[in-house]
Amino acid sequence: MTAAQPLPDPTTAPEEPAVATPKAPRLEALYFALRNPKLVVGLSIVLLFLLVGLVVPPFLEHTPGERYAPPLLPPSAEHWFGTTQFGQDLFTQFVYGIRSTFLVGFLGGGIAAVIGMTIGFVAGYKGGWIDEVLNMLTNVVLVLPTLAVLFIIAAYVDSYGVVTQSFFIGMTSWPWAARAVRSQALSLSSRDFVDLARLSGVRPWKIIVRDIAPNMSSYLFMTFILLFGGAVLAAAGLDFVGLGPNDGMSLGLIMHQAVKWGALQLGVWWWFVPPGLGITAIVGSMYVMNVGLDEVFNPKLREM
Amino acid sequence: MTLEVSDLRVYYRTLRGDVRALDGPTFTVADGEIMGLAGESGSGKSTLSKSLIRLDGRMRYIGGSVTLDGDEMPIWDDRAMDEFRYKRVSIIPQYAMSAMNPTRKIGKMIAELLESRGVRFRDVRDELHRRLELVELERDVLDRYPLELSGGMKQRTVMVISTLLNPSLLIADEVTSALDVSTQRAVAETLVEFRDREFVKSMIVVTHDISLVYQIADTIMVMYGGRLAEKASAKTIIEMPKHPYTKMLLDSLPEVGVKYEDKRLSGIPGSPPGLLNPPQGCRFRDRCPLADKQCLEQPPFVEVESDHHVACWKAE
Amino acid sequence: MRKYFGRKIFVYALTFFAAVTINWMIPRLMPGDPIKSRLARASLNDAGAAEALYGYFNKMFGLDLPLWQQYLNFWVSLFQGDLGISIWNFPTPVIDLILGAVPYSLGLLLPSIILSWLVGNWFGAYAARSKWLDNTILPIGYILTATPYMWLALLLAWSLGIVAGLFPAAGSYGLSLQPAFTWTFISSLLEHWFLPFLSLFLVALGGWAIGMRNMIIYELESEYSNYLQALGAPRRLIRKYAFRNAMLPQLTGLAVQLGTVVAGALLTEIVFSYQGLGYLILQAIQNQDFFLLQGTFLFIVIGVLIANFIIDIVYALVDPRVRVQMQGGAK
Ligand SMILES: Nc1ncnc2c1ncn2[C@@H]1O[C@H](COP(=O)(O)OP(=O)(O)O)[C@@H](O)[C@H]1O
Ligand code: SF4
Ligand SMILES: [Mg+2]
Repeated sequence: MTAAQPLPDPTTAPEEPAVATPKAPRLEALYFALRNPKLVVGLSIVLLFLLVGLVVPPFLEHTPGERYAPPLLPPSAEHWFGTTQFGQDLFTQFVYGIRSTFLVGFLGGGIAAVIGMTIGFVAGYKGGWIDEVLNMLTNVVLVLPTLAVLFIIAAYVDSYGVVTQSFFIGMTSWPWAARAVRSQALSLSSRDFVDLARLSGVRPWKIIVRDIAPNMSSYLFMTFILLFGGAVLAAAGLDFVGLGPNDGMSLGLIMHQAVKWGALQLGVWWWFVPPGLGITAIVGSMYVMNVGLDEVFNPKLREM
Repeated sequence: MTLEVSDLRVYYRTLRGDVRALDGPTFTVADGEIMGLAGESGSGKSTLSKSLIRLDGRMRYIGGSVTLDGDEMPIWDDRAMDEFRYKRVSIIPQYAMSAMNPTRKIGKMIAELLESRGVRFRDVRDELHRRLELVELERDVLDRYPLELSGGMKQRTVMVISTLLNPSLLIADEVTSALDVSTQRAVAETLVEFRDREFVKSMIVVTHDISLVYQIADTIMVMYGGRLAEKASAKTIIEMPKHPYTKMLLDSLPEVGVKYEDKRLSGIPGSPPGLLNPPQGCRFRDRCPLADKQCLEQPPFVEVESDHHVACWKAE
Repeated sequence: MRKYFGRKIFVYALTFFAAVTINWMIPRLMPGDPIKSRLARASLNDAGAAEALYGYFNKMFGLDLPLWQQYLNFWVSLFQGDLGISIWNFPTPVIDLILGAVPYSLGLLLPSIILSWLVGNWFGAYAARSKWLDNTILPIGYILTATPYMWLALLLAWSLGIVAGLFPAAGSYGLSLQPAFTWTFISSLLEHWFLPFLSLFLVALGGWAIGMRNMIIYELESEYSNYLQALGAPRRLIRKYAFRNAMLPQLTGLAVQLGTVVAGALLTEIVFSYQGLGYLILQAIQNQDFFLLQGTFLFIVIGVLIANFIIDIVYALVDPRVRVQMQGGAK
């Protein structure tokens, strides 16, 4: 449900000069990658959070729901992020929340990417009535307001986990990716090398996997990142209204509880500021990283 | 002389070093001359064309000079060049099909372009109408969007726009390569007509189709590896070429009308040198049947007969 | 013209159809007796209400009828404007609750969408102007788009509302007031409107700025820009063309983003207890009021479809390419 930020068109990117040896562009990309501050900073922040979410939980003494401390303590050396009204440690909740944020991002973004890319490739490559039908489907799902659909679905499902939530999100957030991939595949599939493969009787999916997809790999990766961010935000929205998974902890759920138990009125800022900040930092860093990637893969942008 | 180019060097800066795409050509184009520019893909034709009007982002001026009607063009200074552009040197781009703003009516776009260059649209409107007529376009194309024109119409419109201010030099880079044969011919004839009517004084026509160049060009200049190989009258180049590369290029042409680039693999064995670290001496050395020790040194581009320049030790 | 709009309308009709079908299907896909379990959990204080509702539900769902009949009945009552009766606010018809909430949601959405689009495009176009601007506007834009709507809403409610006390942090107008056409009421309305509006506006702003910045760079690299540069046209003219042409995809972007902004408004309303559709949804969820939830959902879908259609019309008006194609003059 994130912005369908227009990615630059890889098929119009300038041809690398003929002098380049096959290996060189990749080296060149790496060279630029390491010198691109957007990419380096964005990736570092994302990795830092990922590391925290993966490594820290086993070292924590308490579970996120455990009520063991005095209520509403502000941040201190003992409780870095303070405590909730019920004496739960907010740092513990935060760390577990990071974990499920990444999980939803990977799963939800991944499912959306798989669906979007499959539909986009098939539509763009096959053309004809298959394209028409898939296009129609894409447009229908595109105009349906995703979060509202998710509200309806989640409200009727009595209990579900993060994986199911990711599944729902993935199923509803793929359309813009399908559109973007379709138009790319469309222009690539009319290129010489694809025609050649087609003439020599190679099967369609093989052409897609072998010839078309690799030519768009950087583009596909950037699409995935945007879908990842979208999935994280969608999940946070669901959790916030109280339709999140019943098991486990998430950053959206922390905010839900904060609002529900009056953290705003009580001025308990440490209850609702860190979770939102965490989401913004993760998703924002991924977006900034994307711009960096873009500059690395698309030499035209380097001069800007 | 309309155009005098002297030891012009323009490189592409890349991470792995300079690509010496234009390495010191020296030549002239006379008043009224249509010069065909030929050479395999990658020989530097486009680099030369762009250098004369606008360097793109990755091109760096290294040295040499370009003089137009006796005035030196500051090709290294993008702003200062604006004075020359359009009014004195103009271009018909390769991408004529998409050269016009798709969301502006053509007439309006032309008017805005002219006014922005300090030319009153009113003053040239009649001339514009006459020239559109000349290329068999209705006046009302000016009230249409580019989308409403066919490919050929767009091509002709762009030709009229580019030459509207009677530039001294017109550069046409591969303008015909995207067209079908009959349109190609028409475009070529229009170029000649523009010269004959003195809409433009001189012209550089870059094309892959040497037979087409032969029809319209007074002289032909052959480039190889960022340098000049040979320049002479069209007739001389076709009938009595002196440079081994020119000869092979012509031999590889099976018949008139076939683009020689398509035939490169079977035509001339080997491929042009990379220009990142070009070989010492004559750049055609590895493919040249006549190469010997002398060719380890770069042959100068000299006049071997009157108006016939060649860069080859074995040319005499 | 027919073809362009015909196609669009067909897609919208299909979407509406899909939305209604989802609405009809989901309760039926759930295991067990959906009515009983919903009612059991519904917080009804009125004993008579439960009975009345049970009968009503049975009629609406008609679970003993064949499926196709159930489906048909669903459509019939829909066209009669019958969306059921609210449990949360028994016995108000759902449609009345929704109609009461729609003006508040529109009052938030329209200004924030339009203003953020205009201002965002303007910023984005500026960003493409210099490296320095690009390096400031771009990261800010990305941070804003990455901000969860409800979080920014929380921050604003807390900082400007509760701590600074500049604006009220909850409600749509003063508690002591009754809706009326008086200065007191209107000023209270505006005061309460400001923070939710600002929050929506800011989050959406980032996306537009980024979109415009990317589009304009793309346009500046295009062949018509190149041609103009070769003919010595001043930067001013080239930028003007690029900006205009970049606006068009941004308009399409508006259609694509509509769902997201609407969702953002729902979340924002919840934070501010602002009595639009989002607040209704929250009540519906908390009170297990499924008629209300479904009705609101349908209304949101209808709203988004109408907005999409308006954007299509505007697009056709401003993009000469579409106009030309509609007149059948294209080659
Ligand atoms: N952007 C660029 N960066 C690096 N090298 C380039 C670039 N563009 C062209 N070249 C190199 O410059 C040489 C001349 O190219 P070009 O002028 O386009 O040749 P032509 O027009 O004759 O085909 C080639 O070797 C090509 O690889
Ligand atoms: S100089 Fe030598 S290598 Fe070069 S073209 Fe002449 S003979 Fe061949
Ligand atoms: Mg070229």
